[in-house]
Amino acid sequence: MAQAQEFEKVLSDSDKSVASFDEHGVSLLRRVQHFLHGNPAAVPLIVLVLSIIIFGVAIGGRFFSSYTLTLILQQIAVVGILGAAQTLVILTAGIDLSIGVVMVISAVVMGNFAVGYGWPAIIAVPVGLLVGALCGLLNGALVAYVKLPPFIVTLGTWNVIMATNFIYSANETIREADVSAQAPLLHLFGTSFKVGNAVLTLGVIAMVILVLVLWYVLNHTAWGRHVYAVGDDPEAAKLSGIQTKKVLMAVYSLAGLIAAFAAWVAIGRNGSISPSWAVTDYNLQAITATVIGGISLFGGRGSILGTLFGAMIVGVVSMGLNMLGADPQWKVFLTGVLIIGAVAIDQWIRKVSA
Amino acid sequence: MSVQPLLTARGLVKRYGRVIALNNADFDLYPGEILAVIGDNGAGKSSLIKAISGAVNPDEGEIQLEGKTVQFRSPMEARDAGIETVYQNLALSPALSIADNMFLGREIRKPGIAGSLFRMLDRSTMEKRARDKLTELGLMTIQNISQSVETLSGGQRQGVAVARAAAFGSKVVIMDEPTAALGVKESRRVLELILDVKKRGMPIVLISHNMPHVFEVADRIHIHRLGRRLTVIDPKQYTMSDAVAFMTGAKKPPEEALAA
Repeated sequence: MAQAQEFEKVLSDSDKSVASFDEHGVSLLRRVQHFLHGNPAAVPLIVLVLSIIIFGVAIGGRFFSSYTLTLILQQIAVVGILGAAQTLVILTAGIDLSIGVVMVISAVVMGNFAVGYGWPAIIAVPVGLLVGALCGLLNGALVAYVKLPPFIVTLGTWNVIMATNFIYSANETIREADVSAQAPLLHLFGTSFKVGNAVLTLGVIAMVILVLVLWYVLNHTAWGRHVYAVGDDPEAAKLSGIQTKKVLMAVYSLAGLIAAFAAWVAIGRNGSISPSWAVTDYNLQAITATVIGGISLFGGRGSILGTLFGAMIVGVVSMGLNMLGADPQWKVFLTGVLIIGAVAIDQWIRKVSA
Repeated sequence: MSVQPLLTARGLVKRYGRVIALNNADFDLYPGEILAVIGDNGAGKSSLIKAISGAVNPDEGEIQLEGKTVQFRSPMEARDAGIETVYQNLALSPALSIADNMFLGREIRKPGIAGSLFRMLDRSTMEKRARDKLTELGLMTIQNISQSVETLSGGQRQGVAVARAAAFGSKVVIMDEPTAALGVKESRRVLELILDVKKRGMPIVLISHNMPHVFEVADRIHIHRLGRRLTVIDPKQYTMSDAVAFMTGAKKPPEEALAA
């Protein structure tokens, strides 16, 4: 034992039990803050439940029908899957602005290979998935190895991929009838089935399963913990022995792959395949779902379940306002309010230790 | 000398642009000893330690571990070789739990198919081991092992980082200012732990500005000045003010000590 200095001698009598404190002095607000800190998906879940109740009361029984609620799920399947991909990237303190056009180009490739070149759909789909993953790999390489800011990288690839999409496809839409006739496999995720009054599609099921799988990977595997650590403090992650570059490459590639999977689901939902989907703000919708879902744009915080809830909130709000016959701009208005509210709550939760 | 040093460095040079952080620095660590490294701010202590622990690649020079030349391209490689480091900034991930942090980069997976196929983490084992280590260190004020590191005080965070290094180091443990942010009780625990680790036969490199701590535990003191090793002194033969005089350049180091 070290030669204790005089003033340290009393330490041998110090308290050895694990500390515990009276919880009575802690204010309710403080406890809520701690609860939310430990359960980042709780905020969007509460907002989701509240918005369902509010619209349910305003609209009446019609809104609560399982038909309406499952219709919402069908409408958000594509954005939910893209949001899951976006979540991975944002958890590393990055952002992927190209995710929407990666989806579109993957859909166009799948369609062109299956319908245009007459390849079997069973091969066209993997080719499309590969294209998505390669786009993600390009983003990842530029972020991890060239060390450019993710915002700049994906702003660039967004434009590059969008232009490539229009040049490659000559902006020609592939008609639904042609897809059905030559490559019904592309419509797989549009397949719907009824459970009572509820109408579900395989796309909805795929979204839920994907989110659950990613939740498992992020929370219960070493790689998932590394994703959080890289987004939280890259320098600390590196010193802890995490190969941060490999993690970033994997995250961006996986995001591209998931975007290509969203393409497959989108073909099922839309029927036809159009290169002009590229002008739809899919990436912004995905970012919106992610942010409303409580994923911190500063990285390392949030639960992917929140993204699913975030996508559902947007779906519920837009469906509810539709049924109330409101001007569609109110949906945009409310979305904006939700985004600002979500980020404000995120900042508040971060102050938990202060 | 008959005993071979465990870890040596010869002629390390590291430049950051025009700034020279290491200027032909040498370093020797003998088995089972506590070597303190002291020096003014900016003397290059941290660069020296980072070169040895793989966080920085020196521009020139050679590092030998147990007589074999090694080149660590990353902290991971140094760790695999058995060199564990507590960095000044602690290298903890604030949003992750204490257990997750202690096992970051070397997680334990569940046995059987859950671990091999589904890569599932064995949380309960990791938490139990983390708790044991912290208890060993006397960090009883941490109530919940699964709370995130950002909710801990500075001293508790330091304790977690020290516990992590002590738990995993197999050949060398390097500690960069391990007591800087700690209270009296925690500092004492860390010093006891350092001697504990030494008793197990593992050498420790201790970087510190705290002269009483250095003179209390160190077997030899490496004095770093202007990017190189100025001298190595025996704390029993010199006083703290001698050491401070050497490291600030107020006094010339003794000739015979240079050979050590």
